[in-house]
Amino acid sequence: MNYISIRNNQTLRIKEIPESAYLSFMDMNVGLVSGFTDRHCVNYFGVEEGNFVKLICCIADDATHEIMVSSCKVQKGQSLASFSKEMYCFERFEREIHENFGLNYPDHPWLKPVRYPADRSDKMQTMQNYPFYTIASEEVHEVGVGPIHAGIIEPGHFRFICNGEKILHLEIQLGYQHRGVENLFLAKKKLLQRTTLSENIAGDTVVGHSVAFAHVWESLCGVDVSRDIAFSRTVALELERMAIHIGDLSAICTDIAYQLGSSVFGRLRTPIVNFLQEWGGSRLAKGLIRPGSNPFPFTPALAERLKKVLDLLEPDYNEMCEKLFDLPSALSRFERTGVVSNEDAIAIGAVGMAARMTSLSRDIRSSHPYCLYPELAHVPILKHHGDVYSRVQIRRREVLQSMEYIRKLLTEVPIQSPQTEMKMTLQPDSFCLSLVEGWRGEICHCALTDANGELMHYKIKDPSFHNWMALALAVRNNEISDFPICNKSFNLSYSGHDL
Amino acid sequence: MLSNLKIVLHQGKQYIASPTTVEVPGIFRGRPVISTQKVDETKLVEMCPTDAISSHPLCIDLGKCTFCGACARLFPDKISFTKEYKMATNDRERLIIKEGEDQAIEVNPDTVRKEIHRVFGHSLKLRQISAGGDNSCELELNAANNVQFDMSRYGIDFVASPRHADGIVITGPITQNMAEAVQICYDAVPDPKIIVLVGTDAISGGVFEGSPAIDRSFLDKYPVDLYIPGNPAHPLTIINGLLDLTRKKR
Ligand code: SF4
Repeated sequence: MNYISIRNNQTLRIKEIPESAYLSFMDMNVGLVSGFTDRHCVNYFGVEEGNFVKLICCIADDATHEIMVSSCKVQKGQSLASFSKEMYCFERFEREIHENFGLNYPDHPWLKPVRYPADRSDKMQTMQNYPFYTIASEEVHEVGVGPIHAGIIEPGHFRFICNGEKILHLEIQLGYQHRGVENLFLAKKKLLQRTTLSENIAGDTVVGHSVAFAHVWESLCGVDVSRDIAFSRTVALELERMAIHIGDLSAICTDIAYQLGSSVFGRLRTPIVNFLQEWGGSRLAKGLIRPGSNPFPFTPALAERLKKVLDLLEPDYNEMCEKLFDLPSALSRFERTGVVSNEDAIAIGAVGMAARMTSLSRDIRSSHPYCLYPELAHVPILKHHGDVYSRVQIRRREVLQSMEYIRKLLTEVPIQSPQTEMKMTLQPDSFCLSLVEGWRGEICHCALTDANGELMHYKIKDPSFHNWMALALAVRNNEISDFPICNKSFNLSYSGHDL
Repeated sequence: MLSNLKIVLHQGKQYIASPTTVEVPGIFRGRPVISTQKVDETKLVEMCPTDAISSHPLCIDLGKCTFCGACARLFPDKISFTKEYKMATNDRERLIIKEGEDQAIEVNPDTVRKEIHRVFGHSLKLRQISAGGDNSCELELNAANNVQFDMSRYGIDFVASPRHADGIVITGPITQNMAEAVQICYDAVPDPKIIVLVGTDAISGGVFEGSPAIDRSFLDKYPVDLYIPGNPAHPLTIINGLLDLTRKKR
């Protein structure tokens, strides 16, 4: 087979990545994923090389903990057979490659724009002329919502095609949040700028993305971090998961008009974000994670504080959860609403919670562990019905699981390593891939360096990149009035998708 | 019923009694103070990720600062961040903190448009627009409305329709792809109306400054009524800023 197997956070020379001709590159990668539910594509992207585009495909194998990386060089503007025709999970990756480099896939299901980046290859494509799917029928009507939504949330446009109250089809147009983050990683040369960028990819996943960036950077510089740094990152990742899950439980209660749940879960998020502030000075953990260093060491005093925070939180949290899951009016809104089947989740390459709700076990913490996760021996929480209820249950239980992990970690707070100024230089001509399980699911950062050891390409994939399609499928044949809880139960990122 | 009451009882009183004077826990990075000590200014200016620091005299522009705290860690005797969360002002210049200065940042009531006190002094309804915001300021704006910060006690609320709003609150650097929507939304708000910028990204573009994917021309067209700095802005910075703008008498 013409690929190279690497581990999560491993750096290799770019020339070590085997290159094949397009058709065998396609057959191999499609063959690697089709029929294997424990394999999926974690990133597939193009790198510009003059008149050519180097395509790099990364397939993760959850059972063997390997990532299979392969490449192929094609000419710009070339027409190619699409992977998506065989395996739907490549669909958005190919649309992205098409949008960025103008490669054509005549047999692709529909090469729609992904996010209208500023440097897209076809400037005739604009937000205003997005090709919406339509159904010609006198029986149906269309409902357009957004980009600006009712609440304080990010922008995106939803176009529903409905028959009466029933949604037949939902099309999600994104791109409003596009800030050009990937290009800024190259334009801004200082490490602190790049770290700051990683924290601003998605403000609800500050820790997830900044840890992925730190891992890429450290690996490319050949730096091993000490245990206390890995400890801090693990604790921060789990705190972020708890805070967002609890906040989302509150938002879901709001959407079913359950005021008590909304208020109580809303206030239960506060002690966690306030703890993050006590630790690092920011409620959302901006400034906390730095490549190669630990500006805010986790002290034994902080450990005592955190234990108290959790001890106070737990009974209130459990009491509220028990009440919520005991309410017929809540359960009737959750159960069998917004279902995504296991087959569909596999087909679209769903990750994280959106996979686990259909008993598809995808969780980087157990399949490609990093930081202190190997010691925690994480077992993913799975649900089986793929409905709002499953997603809400996963959140409920993952909060408790995170709490358990944090408590376990707190029994042995590592001694702070001396803060030495590490010299960090990137190795030239190298490639690195980092996977981190954020609270939404798998985050993937890839970086390539040039002959001078400068960053040449930076590629970010937020889990939302896969999972927006899950939302579109979930609402089919549901009442349009159930859209808010379907949407909130996923809580996907606009900025993470649009970058 | 009984179990509901039990939950209410266990929760107790959660609201912050005085959001204008309460102290924040831990090591919050609020309004910085810069001492007059001599340091290697070039190095200090160089290190900042968003060019928020300038020299002669040494200043930090809170409209550009991402509050990462790196400058204060490297030059602890020169720069320190206080826990003062009141940092919002209507005067863009006031966001620039100068060496040797330790003064509250406030709204200057003399330059506030006079209809603001009269029309919005008791009730203010705002339409929020995320225009490339990373969802952090959005989370904090939502938190400003939770049972703890409870901003609506002051008659300040966020509404769904711009037609019901007295102004817009922009977060994010304003992306090209969102520029048209920002304009349409602003046009839909009836007069008189205000513009509030929340967070470093909105005030200056922050770390996204210079990206070809952002388009800030909207801000050249209209006066901004309030700048609320932070990355993200803290709920208390938001609440105090809005109160200061609409309630403070000269
Ligand atoms: S805290 Fe502000 S001024 Fe200091 S380095 Fe960070 S961004 Fe620059």
